[in-house]
Amino acid sequence: MANKSRASVSRSRKLKKCQTGIVGLDEITFGGLPKGRPTLVCGGPGSGKTLLGIEFIVNGARKYDEPGVIMTFEEKGAELEVNVASLGFDLERLQADKKVKIDYVHVDKAEIEETGEYDLSGLFVRLEHAISSVKAKRVVLDTIENLFGGLSNEGILRSEIRRLFQWLKDKGVTTIITGERGTETLTRQGLEEYVSDCVILLEHRVKNQVSTRLLRVIKYRGTVHGTNEYPFLIDKEGISVLPITSLELNYEVSSDKISSGIPTLDEMLGEGDGFFRGSSILVSGTAGTGKTSVAASFANAACLRKERVLFFAFEESPQQIIRNMSSIGMNLQQHIDRKLLRFHSSRPTIHGLEMHLVDIYNKITAFKPQVIIIDPITNLVTIGSVSEVKSMLIRLIDHLQRNQISVLFTALNYSNSNSEQTDEGVSSLVDAWISVRDLESNGERNRGLYIMKSRGMKHSNQVREFIITDQGLELVDVYLGPNGVLIGSAREEQQLQEAAGQEIKTFAGTRREREIQRKKTVLEAKIASLNDEFESVKDELNRTFQEEELRRKVLEQNRDQLTKNRYLNDNAPKSKKRNGKGNQ
Amino acid sequence: MAKGTNKYELRLYIAGNTPKSALALKNLKRYCEEHLKGIYEIEVIDLLVNPQLAEGDQILAIPTLVKKVPEPVRKIIGDLSNEEKVLVGLDLRAAK
Repeated sequence: MANKSRASVSRSRKLKKCQTGIVGLDEITFGGLPKGRPTLVCGGPGSGKTLLGIEFIVNGARKYDEPGVIMTFEEKGAELEVNVASLGFDLERLQADKKVKIDYVHVDKAEIEETGEYDLSGLFVRLEHAISSVKAKRVVLDTIENLFGGLSNEGILRSEIRRLFQWLKDKGVTTIITGERGTETLTRQGLEEYVSDCVILLEHRVKNQVSTRLLRVIKYRGTVHGTNEYPFLIDKEGISVLPITSLELNYEVSSDKISSGIPTLDEMLGEGDGFFRGSSILVSGTAGTGKTSVAASFANAACLRKERVLFFAFEESPQQIIRNMSSIGMNLQQHIDRKLLRFHSSRPTIHGLEMHLVDIYNKITAFKPQVIIIDPITNLVTIGSVSEVKSMLIRLIDHLQRNQISVLFTALNYSNSNSEQTDEGVSSLVDAWISVRDLESNGERNRGLYIMKSRGMKHSNQVREFIITDQGLELVDVYLGPNGVLIGSAREEQQLQEAAGQEIKTFAGTRREREIQRKKTVLEAKIASLNDEFESVKDELNRTFQEEELRRKVLEQNRDQLTKNRYLNDNAPKSKKRNGKGNQ
Repeated sequence: MAKGTNKYELRLYIAGNTPKSALALKNLKRYCEEHLKGIYEIEVIDLLVNPQLAEGDQILAIPTLVKKVPEPVRKIIGDLSNEEKVLVGLDLRAAK
């Protein structure tokens, strides 16, 4: 990457560099210490000078096939071995393998009398002998200034030390010279005058009772180098320097989605499948809004997908979390038993931020999780300033995204105001930000959840009511009515009212229906009776008509008969008879 | 004051035949002849020949005179030009 290409340019054109093998230091110096030249490492007591030197030698012997000489003016060889054995450096073995040679130089003023001129050829001879005995390429002088305590002729000492550094340069060995920090100068005896190639300052600062180690490259002649103060720490693997600026926004991204464990929350995101894999998610909210539950739910979902989850809890013990989550229907113990879930609970104040960061790094390296949870990041502020926490989280997120690890942070907001920033100022770093808020109305508190941002996907802009049930977490649409947003029991009441109204409406509907039916029946009956009436009237009318007809006919006949009778009296009885018969 | 019963074992460490070394050896011999006649033994060790010997006696400065016997072990560094200091260093004279 860029570091390497820069380093290779400088390697080919100007300065050859010698890798220290110390995590991060080679990045800051773009390749290591100046090869074949002395480097001054200065710092106060306990700042890690000796360790840096020894790690340089041990790494050289182990990793780069460059044997080394440690010439110590302070500790006895055996003591030194014991001291660094706790860091996993087996100096005894390396000495037996002829890869490292330790020479302990003891100067006791009490047994030395000085008279006349002398030089330090003895030291040169010893160093020469040590170098040739292991064919050393690296030398550490720790701490040569102690000579000033043993020998009183400062003029001779200074000129001899100057000669020694020149001699080391001529020999072409890469040297680390450690020096105790002076009050005005970098080293008590002003060694920086003689070592002009590279100067590294180590510091140990205590703030709020928490210590942070810092490393700074003050000077590095002939090459570019990081100039910032870089936090570093010493753990059981030795020194790790953590350069913030090694951060390059250049890594693989995944369009794979992973569920948040809350189906209704997934629905609010993109196509309803949840977050992108490898993204960073922030859940912020005031106390008691269910942040840990959201986090646990996310972890639970990942474990159910057979992914490994690392849960850093800074507030609760694992047992507590497991118990609490079982009350909302999440069985986290089964995941622990199947080695999918691992908890790390500690109080933030257990060590400094940097230590936390490296702790997290190391645990990630060991467990290789797909998902990590940090609950909550807010507590880290107790051990560092906001900007320090932010810089730590930047590095953490960077590290995680490079490794495609999804991370969920929770953050406690102290105020319920809808702040655009979290208290840690990490909201700009994360890919998705979910805010859980208390919504207080009608004399009750309810939880409202909304998505503040979610990079690279559509997401709902709606506030949802966030409900924690025995079966898990759920999001419910809030009721939007003429009276505004209703939540909690007000929403339930509204829903009940609506249901009741529906019931009444249905009931009313059926009654009307029956009424209509009845009306219809009545009307139909009426129609039938009218019809009957009509029929009978019709019959009546018909009968009258027929009678009239008949009467008319009879009258006509009678009239005819009478007429006939008038003309035919003789026949009158006959025809009368006949007519009468015929009419009957 | 010479302690007649004790033998003096002296070692002079040098690195090559430098003027300083030569001067130191000359001075040493003179003092010994004067104060320790017959009871001293001088061993000259050239570190350019035997560099591994430097570690044992914790030699840094050249020339260094080491008084091994009698105890306590004392070291006198330099060209031994100051007789007073050398005699103090060899416990032949009490320090002022």
